[in-house]
Amino acid sequence: MIPRFADGDWVRISLRTERRHHRVPAYAKGQVGVVERVCDDLFHPPEEIAFGDAGRWEHVYRVRLRQTDLWPEYGGPEHDCLELEIFEHWLEAADE
Amino acid sequence: MSEHAHDHAHDHPHRHPPQPDHPEPASDYQLMGVALNELLIEKGVYTAAELRDRIADIESVEPETHGARVIAKAWADPDFKQLLLADGNAAITGLGLNPGYTVLTVLENRPKLHNVVVCTLCSCYPRTLLGRPPTWYKSGAYRSRLVREPRAVLREFGTDVPADVEVRVHDSNAELRYLVMPLRPAGTDGLSEEELAALITRDSMIGVAPPLEAQSQV
Repeated sequence: MIPRFADGDWVRISLRTERRHHRVPAYAKGQVGVVERVCDDLFHPPEEIAFGDAGRWEHVYRVRLRQTDLWPEYGGPEHDCLELEIFEHWLEAADE
Repeated sequence: MSEHAHDHAHDHPHRHPPQPDHPEPASDYQLMGVALNELLIEKGVYTAAELRDRIADIESVEPETHGARVIAKAWADPDFKQLLLADGNAAITGLGLNPGYTVLTVLENRPKLHNVVVCTLCSCYPRTLLGRPPTWYKSGAYRSRLVREPRAVLREFGTDVPADVEVRVHDSNAELRYLVMPLRPAGTDGLSEEELAALITRDSMIGVAPPLEAQSQV
């Protein structure tokens, strides 16, 4: 199974509402960042496995976001960042 | 005298909680948890003894004897460190430790990089290495503030990160579990792995504090 994104790619975390169990924190939705790494393992999407459906496997990415993008009032150094894990179906290709 | 806060006749099969020192459930969700547990035992999915053993297992994990051992070995052994950073599960399995069902990811602090871990969505934590998370790690304040104003939160823990050092927050929001490898303190060159492990605190492996200083040898 070939990952859709590679290390260093710019990606946008989808800005959408999901009523089922999912693991994308609200603060990260709609944010643009860089793929820090494609995780080695494949995982079941939380929206499906939460209801016992283990039919699909998916790539998970660690995405790096700039703090100054996340919080306009951040006030700390430009180099501070935050990383989190995002399933492939929550990512879209983006430009820097 | 009844041990129970509630008051009812014991004319029905009555189970006692697996952890008798727990307070009576205070909310509907806690009650549902207790009811689900009782049903799973009644249906034979697991037994009360198995549950008790599992709780004892979880409570036997201490950061000093598990996580600190891993970091001390990485400080002392470059080959192990390389493996630990590349494949955390393989590295700790080799030490006879249990990675659990998640993927261990070790975050190496560097002179210009400070890593710190939070789980904003719940309380994900490397439990097989650090045991149960501290209460503050599960608090709404830590979970919401660490992602937003990490430097202020770190200062409240006594950790002042200089502006030229990058602060990198890791939200443990899904499938991986994170362990911070703090910077090895100065003056520890001659120490054994066991002596090194004694310097590595739980909080230094979450990333909110540095490890302890080496005692000066007089």
